[in-house]
Amino acid sequence: MSAPPESADAATPIIRVRGLVSRFGSQVVHDGLSFEVRPNEIMGIVGGSGTGKSVLLRTILGLRHPQGGTIEIYGRDIVQLTPQERLAMVKSYGVTFQNGALISSLTVAQNIQLPLRESYSMSEDGLDELVQLNLSLVGLAPDAAEKYPAQLSGGMVKRAALARALALEPKLLFLDEPTSGLDPISASDFDALLLYLHAELKLTVVMITHDLDSLFRTCDRAAVIVDGRMITDTLPGLLGNTDPWIHEYFHGPRARAAELAAEGPHG
Amino acid sequence: MLALHRDGGDWRLELRGDWSLQGLAQIDAELRALPGPLTGRLTCDWTGAEHPGIGAVWALLTRLAYLGNGKLEIRHEGHPPGTIELLRKLNAELCTTHGKRAVAVPDHEGAIAGLGRWTVVQGTEARRLLGFFGRIAAVLGTGVSHPRALRFPSIVRHLHETGVTAIPIVSLIAFLISVVVAYLGAQQLSRFGATIFVVDLVTIAVLREMGVLLTAIIVAGRSGSAFAAEIGVMQINEETDALRAMGLNPIELLVVPRVVGLMIALPLLTVVADAMGLAGGGLLSLVQLHIPPAQFITRLREALSPTTFWAGLVKAPVFALLIGMVGSYRGLQVRDSARELGRFTTMAVVQSIFLVILADAFFAVLFEQLDF
Repeated sequence: MSAPPESADAATPIIRVRGLVSRFGSQVVHDGLSFEVRPNEIMGIVGGSGTGKSVLLRTILGLRHPQGGTIEIYGRDIVQLTPQERLAMVKSYGVTFQNGALISSLTVAQNIQLPLRESYSMSEDGLDELVQLNLSLVGLAPDAAEKYPAQLSGGMVKRAALARALALEPKLLFLDEPTSGLDPISASDFDALLLYLHAELKLTVVMITHDLDSLFRTCDRAAVIVDGRMITDTLPGLLGNTDPWIHEYFHGPRARAAELAAEGPHG
Repeated sequence: MLALHRDGGDWRLELRGDWSLQGLAQIDAELRALPGPLTGRLTCDWTGAEHPGIGAVWALLTRLAYLGNGKLEIRHEGHPPGTIELLRKLNAELCTTHGKRAVAVPDHEGAIAGLGRWTVVQGTEARRLLGFFGRIAAVLGTGVSHPRALRFPSIVRHLHETGVTAIPIVSLIAFLISVVVAYLGAQQLSRFGATIFVVDLVTIAVLREMGVLLTAIIVAGRSGSAFAAEIGVMQINEETDALRAMGLNPIELLVVPRVVGLMIALPLLTVVADAMGLAGGGLLSLVQLHIPPAQFITRLREALSPTTFWAGLVKAPVFALLIGMVGSYRGLQVRDSARELGRFTTMAVVQSIFLVILADAFFAVLFEQLDF
């Protein structure tokens, strides 16, 4: 397994999607969608319901074959990888799913150990220590380790899923609606956690979100799916965009409140 | 991976090689081999370490904290990884605020206490199942005055799923088993020159016992498990809670249509199984014993007493009730996880088959006493 080149060139994108086409029967979801994710940024992906945000994520993760276009991660086309290269690629990034997707028959500790056990031979004590590390990183108390997913609150599930995603020490994280279903305080805590991990572990993050507060607080840039294509810009850039949907999205009543809140701490 | 030296009065730990997750297993082993306890000052030299990952740094810090036990001053030099500050902070927090992790004490329970617990659990289970039966009966009672409560479209759907779609497999198994019984009977009876009694054997065995029992066991495997799984997934998705919150009764909507559908389907399937069983017996008699169909039917009529057919059929609704009730009941017990779903589905099938056979034994004694 080859580790991804560590910040080869700040301009080389980590992910490059070009001309992506996704179709379900006659329904076209992505029609020539292109965008790039740069190293060490937090990229938010937004779009209305049914515009194919989750389909895009599943396609980038290789869970779904696109009908056209190319997807490169670390400069490698994911369609042309051999099975071994694919495995190495999959292990080099972490993913959290919308509802956590923790294995319900395993405890939190076993969930975190699962990818580690499959990849490395390590002593039980060593594995336990890594579980403690990952729980500390995401701010969960050590006693959460022995709990089953069903015994956790919504916020704890999201954190535990993040701990599992971080277990293989990825440099790239995909988050699918990490703050959905959380109360504002937990969501805000999660944003803080994400910013903290991003700064400390030098992570690149791709995040699907509906949460405007979260978007304004954490993301450097955002990509908006409109009519099957992607418009990528910085947040101030998107605020000035004239596309009707983008304008409505960033200037609706909820967006204004989020903008005001985001302006506060940053001055 | 690492080497510990004396450097004057101090310790010096040289770190070399691959410090990513890849090398962690070996680092972990070498760290555990370090002598302890360590006191004084220790310097970690990171010059030779490549790709230091958070896992390996964490393992190092945890181990040194353990070996030092608060009496070791640790410094880092030679490009220590950027995450070291963060990890040191987390490690310190873990040691001070949470202390030692609580170790779960295994529950030692004597055999007698275990037996007692088991008895209590079985007792409550039996009472709950009886209560569940009562709730089904209550809905059926309402159905007499308000037929809408019986949900006929739903009953028809379950009649189709549990009954019509089961016809091929039930027919096949009834046919094959009765061929086997007739064949074994023919072998034994031919020694007495009484092969014609194969017809009696097949008729009575199939109509009284095997037709209904085999059908019930197949249906328990097919539909009992399906009931438990369907209702179980609805439990996990909180669909049953949603029904209750809308003022709808899950027993009325989910359980009664299944149970009633099955109580109609199982007797009908039993008739199919009886017919196929007799056909199987007749075919073997023709092929193996050269008894022509006309003679087979004549003998069959003589072997039949008026109650033979009904003695089998009357058991079917009772078996259906047991299967449907246990399947739905176990489904409603599922909580939270996929493992529970598997556990309760298994339980539903095993227990409904057990109850069917128990009830069959009960019927055998009852019919014997009643001379039925």
